[in-house]
Amino acid sequence: MRIHEYQAKKLLSDFGIPVPPGEVIATPEEAAAATGRLGGRVALKAQVHAGGRGKGGGIRLAATPEEAAAIASQLLGRRLVTHQTPPEGLPVNTILVEEETIPQRELYLGVVIASACPVMMASESGGMDIEEVAAHRPEKIVSVHIDPSLGFQPFHARKLIYGLNLEPPLHRPATQLMGGLYRLFQERDCSLAEINPLAVTNDGRLLALDAKLNFDDNALFRQTEVAALRDEAQENALEVKAQDWGIKNYVKLQGNIGCVVNGAGLAMATMDLIQLAGGEPANFLDIGTVNNTERVVNAFRLLTGDPEVKAILINIFGGMARVDVIATGIVEAAKEMDIPVPVVVRLEGTNLEEGRRILAQSGVKVIHATDLSDAARKVVSSIAISRGSA
Amino acid sequence: MSVLVDADSRVLVQGITGREGGFHTRLCIDYGTRVVAGMTPGKGGTTAEGVPVFNTVVEAVRETGADVSLIFVPAPFAADAILEASDAGVPLVVCITEGIPVRDMVTVHHYLAGRKTRLIGPNCPGIISPGKCKMGIIPGDVCREGRVGVVSRSGTLLYEAIDQLSRRGIGQSTCFGIGGDPIVGMSFVDALELFEQDTGTDAVFVIGEIGGTAEQEAARYIKSRMSKPVAAFVAGSTAPPGRRMGHAGAIVTGSQGTAQEKVAAFSAAGVAIARSPAEIGVVVEGLLKHR
Repeated sequence: MRIHEYQAKKLLSDFGIPVPPGEVIATPEEAAAATGRLGGRVALKAQVHAGGRGKGGGIRLAATPEEAAAIASQLLGRRLVTHQTPPEGLPVNTILVEEETIPQRELYLGVVIASACPVMMASESGGMDIEEVAAHRPEKIVSVHIDPSLGFQPFHARKLIYGLNLEPPLHRPATQLMGGLYRLFQERDCSLAEINPLAVTNDGRLLALDAKLNFDDNALFRQTEVAALRDEAQENALEVKAQDWGIKNYVKLQGNIGCVVNGAGLAMATMDLIQLAGGEPANFLDIGTVNNTERVVNAFRLLTGDPEVKAILINIFGGMARVDVIATGIVEAAKEMDIPVPVVVRLEGTNLEEGRRILAQSGVKVIHATDLSDAARKVVSSIAISRGSA
Repeated sequence: MSVLVDADSRVLVQGITGREGGFHTRLCIDYGTRVVAGMTPGKGGTTAEGVPVFNTVVEAVRETGADVSLIFVPAPFAADAILEASDAGVPLVVCITEGIPVRDMVTVHHYLAGRKTRLIGPNCPGIISPGKCKMGIIPGDVCREGRVGVVSRSGTLLYEAIDQLSRRGIGQSTCFGIGGDPIVGMSFVDALELFEQDTGTDAVFVIGEIGGTAEQEAARYIKSRMSKPVAAFVAGSTAPPGRRMGHAGAIVTGSQGTAQEKVAAFSAAGVAIARSPAEIGVVVEGLLKHR
């Protein structure tokens, strides 16, 4: 799960990491008032779940409350497009108004899991995409593997601090900051905790100028405060709907063949197969371990609600998921709603015979496929046929 | 022959009294697996699926001689279940549970390092040595006894591969899923080492997917150490970068972890590649003919 920069900075602050003074606003009037309170020049930073905001015009400077209000009215309610957003951009509903900081140096500090271990990385090349630094100048990155039973130790800090060439007066605050970031990463079940850039200011302080925190979705059950930070406006509407309907693994794609598959691997392979057969998948959908027919019906609701979908391929190889449950779900979906596109069904695995019997007795109109190639061929040609008849 | 489990394996099921645990334990027993005990805290002294249930793993092992454990415990408690099995000295633990927090698996990974317990999974379909032992949720009736080893990150794609092999009359020595999470127990390399040593395995089929570097590590092992022929399929060549494709570990970040990169690594190691998931059976058949 992702959160906004202002939410990340609040969490950093909770763990003792210094961030610039700032306020979150949602109207131009609030922008003016916040600028007045902060005094002096401010940065207005559009809050969207994507990087590259500077180049995309989402970070602007203002010298006065009036100027801040004018910029806020331009940004709010728009969709910001950056190289990391979907092509249609992401909605700007809030702006972080922050005291302007002119850094003397820009550093990078981040924590990820690598080789089953928390790893803290630091670099003197802050303010840049760390993947690019890693690809082109790997010597510019210092990293420490942290044994989780030991936790973050002083020697870890020293290795990073000397690697960053920090001045001696900054050693103590840097050690505290690094320890805080590690504790935040662990205690809040982060999958990524990144401060980029970490500024060294003109008056010799460390300050987290931008921050990105991602969280382990599997741990949200025990991170209720974090889970409450979710902003559904930043997510694809169909993907949000899927979540609400108990379909955890749905990713909207660009094509027109809707897929319902059990298991992530088979779902990916089904997409690959459709493309090899000359079609384009409209989505990735792993229906998961289905114990009730409701989720199958919801999958049909989701796909028939996507105007791009011109045909549906159901590809099930039951293990944990049972074919009879899927078949009953298909029958219920056909009763409950109008399915205006051809449906190709390929079933195998646990309780297959029962599933076949249920489908056959229901009289629901589906195109049966015997194996993977047959399924892909039939679903791709079903679109051509329905186009031809239209 | 087979690897890791056979007709003598004595299976303990942790979480046997849950809905999934009970249903699949029944299927394992029907297949002929020697399930000797169940374990659910608070249900000790009862029976489930015809086997005695214990409160702790150590008690179950002491009373029944269980030497492998199969875990169906819900995600919030599953890491603890793995730790308990290892603490009780169980040499092989198979964890089916999906959705275990990464931080919990970091703890498990560090605890297991240097201990004798092997872990398969989590977020995996389990393991089957056809005709001998089925531990987990792999549909038993699609498998047939034979001499090809199959190992996969994905569960359903493993069933698909097994089915394609069986339909062509190609039986399997052992098939197992290593799991779709970023932190799992046994790796492809561990699996390949076992198949290379197993006198009952003639060839191996590997099913990889996007994300991580497990396939590249497997390719390096195959190139330098493996004498038996290997074929592979890698899922996710059409997956968009930066999006998690169901499995927590299946995500392309930057240039890392693409299907193309993994296929190239396998090809360079002399591995026969199934370009389409529908061609798995054909490719393995070809591999066995040219041996």
